[in-house]
Amino acid sequence: MTPEQKRRYNRHIILDGFGSEGQQRLLESKVLIVGAGGLGSPCALYLAAAGVGTIGIADADTVSISNLQRQVIHFSEDAGTPKALSAKDKMQRINPDIRVEAYPTFITAENAPDIIRQYDFIIDCTDSFASKYLINDACVMLGKPFCIAGIVAYSGQIMTHVPGSACYRCLFPAPPPENEVQTCSMVGVLGSAVGTVGTLQATEAIKVLTGIGSPLTNAILTYDALTVQFQRFDIQPNPNCMLCGSHPSVTELQEYSFQPCRKNTKE
Amino acid sequence: MAKRIVINNEARETEAQFIQQLAAELDLPERGVALAVNNKIVPRATWPDTAISEGDSITIIKAAFGG
Repeated sequence: MTPEQKRRYNRHIILDGFGSEGQQRLLESKVLIVGAGGLGSPCALYLAAAGVGTIGIADADTVSISNLQRQVIHFSEDAGTPKALSAKDKMQRINPDIRVEAYPTFITAENAPDIIRQYDFIIDCTDSFASKYLINDACVMLGKPFCIAGIVAYSGQIMTHVPGSACYRCLFPAPPPENEVQTCSMVGVLGSAVGTVGTLQATEAIKVLTGIGSPLTNAILTYDALTVQFQRFDIQPNPNCMLCGSHPSVTELQEYSFQPCRKNTKE
Repeated sequence: MAKRIVINNEARETEAQFIQQLAAELDLPERGVALAVNNKIVPRATWPDTAISEGDSITIIKAAFGG
């Protein structure tokens, strides 16, 4: 590390259990964040500040004024700018020491494997079941660790996967039917609560990349902002899981077209 | 005899013997919902065989997609 890096990352380096080794690992790591919205904003800001050497940030949307209540990586003057580029700009300004790769495009069944393959850890910060299942399936198939999270209104949930641990389909085998899903624009979301969950995702990435602590694997953590209850539930990997079980029926990436938050609104 | 249980932090009584019956009683949807008994997720395939005991804390977790 250069003298400037030693100054910049001093508070990590002096952390018991983290040290120069932990920081060096972060600097050599590559993280992909899919979604530069409510979850992705704090996640990207913290990982950039932390000195994750290469960060990919993917989002096909452009910044709109109704995003700004929670998507804190975007500023008022960014309205109309692709979120991936707006996010990249802030991340580079926080930390010019890192490399940011912007993907101003949808992650699809076609491009997901090629993009995901380049990264060490993937973070699902998307706002649709379609994307969550796509990321889950692609990462499990490629043997990539990842963290998946979601939030509606006042309550969120998060889980981490490393090869061999329970996947999203062990918990929720298939997405709910379209007519049972309330869209983001219908129910709203508390901006600061999304931030809490996105920050947890950043911490999970740092832990897995540096090897400190124990990640949120084989478990799901739920957070209810109204009652301030964090609850952790154990999940056994499901031997009959359609993706990671012993006789999987999901063996290739499917068309994951249902995206409730993009259906009627440009939120 | 009815058992006293807790569902998502609310006290409740149920006649259900097994999780499957409770799920029917609560009209839980087929997809997008996970269920935990005393902080352990119970896979849906084992709901018919998972007995409910007096005092169980049951949590219904709805998949959240927003971000």
